[in-house]
Amino acid sequence: MERLRRTMMFVPGNNPGMMADAHIYGPDSIMLDLEDSVTMAEKDAARLLVHNALKSIDYGDTEMVVRINPLNTPYGRKDVEAVVKAGVDVIRMPKTETADEVRELEAEIIKVEEELGCVGRTQIMAAIESALGIVNAYEIATASKRMMGIALGAEDYTANLKTPRTPEGSELLLARETIVVAARAAGIACFDTVYSNLEDMDTFRKEVELIKNLGFDGKSIINPRQIQVVNEVFAPKQKDIDKALKIIAAIKEARAKGSGVIAVNGKMVDRPVVLRAERVIALAVASGILNEEELS
Amino acid sequence: MELKNAVAGTLESGDIMIQIGPGEGLRVELQSSVEAQFGRQIKEVIEETLKGLGISDAYVKATDKGALDCTIRARVTAAAVRSTGVDVWK
Repeated sequence: MERLRRTMMFVPGNNPGMMADAHIYGPDSIMLDLEDSVTMAEKDAARLLVHNALKSIDYGDTEMVVRINPLNTPYGRKDVEAVVKAGVDVIRMPKTETADEVRELEAEIIKVEEELGCVGRTQIMAAIESALGIVNAYEIATASKRMMGIALGAEDYTANLKTPRTPEGSELLLARETIVVAARAAGIACFDTVYSNLEDMDTFRKEVELIKNLGFDGKSIINPRQIQVVNEVFAPKQKDIDKALKIIAAIKEARAKGSGVIAVNGKMVDRPVVLRAERVIALAVASGILNEEELS
Repeated sequence: MELKNAVAGTLESGDIMIQIGPGEGLRVELQSSVEAQFGRQIKEVIEETLKGLGISDAYVKATDKGALDCTIRARVTAAAVRSTGVDVWK
């Protein structure tokens, strides 16, 4: 079953206390940050902390992502070496504007992986944070077989557009839709930007509802308090679960009988319907509404 | 290897501050709220990390705030790299 990525929690890479506890709150992915949350004077120390944490802390099934510094800074290449050697799942590239930047990162990853004898292990995701990045979204999404997903970084993006961020987010609509369409066309995941006002959970919930309906897999978050809201919004409703279970049961029965086309409640069930049903079931299991034993 | 005085880490919960400077042999002075239970282990991690970096003469003052072993290794390495100017990455 496809991995769920409803929440990607940002954790500053120079805060060992937060890094040790992050997985306890149950985010689907953890993104240890070596970029914006770390001062220049601490880049070396944060890189070592993240390297050692990845090697030693048991994060269970949580997907481990590290946001590195751009390769055109003195830190980016060392970041790649440190996190690939520690066995990170995904490297997140900040401020990605072109497919060539993805390929440049891939070449750096390959150098380290060849040394370790594990070529192909590390995945890449790209944060798109500028107008040029949005224009090139599909090329970025398809720049490498290692691409796991693309994400919107709204603060830099709106600054680049010369517009402020508003609570309803109309200034982000084109970027969000472009990212979802590019990701789906490329067959990879897509993540919305962070919402940084922890005091306004109502607006946060509305934003999560919006991005779920737009088609995003999940949202970047900055605090464990945001996890529950995202999971609630992404949890399927009981009627959707019941329908999905009927579809899956009908498919199993049809396969057993060797018949091709099937109908549930008088409606034809084709591949997109099955894919949607499978996603509903996966979300229901992840949300604790269904358990996997009930499915078998 | 010639050492200059250097420091890495913070006094926040879950962290350890490592101050390193020249010395004869490895001498580690530790201050920790869990010294009675884990003092020996913390010192061992510090000494092993330094030896792994080829440092056998140093004075280290460590102020521990409940750091995991991986954090101790990271902070000792960062302090050593700052002290010697020799990085562990290519």
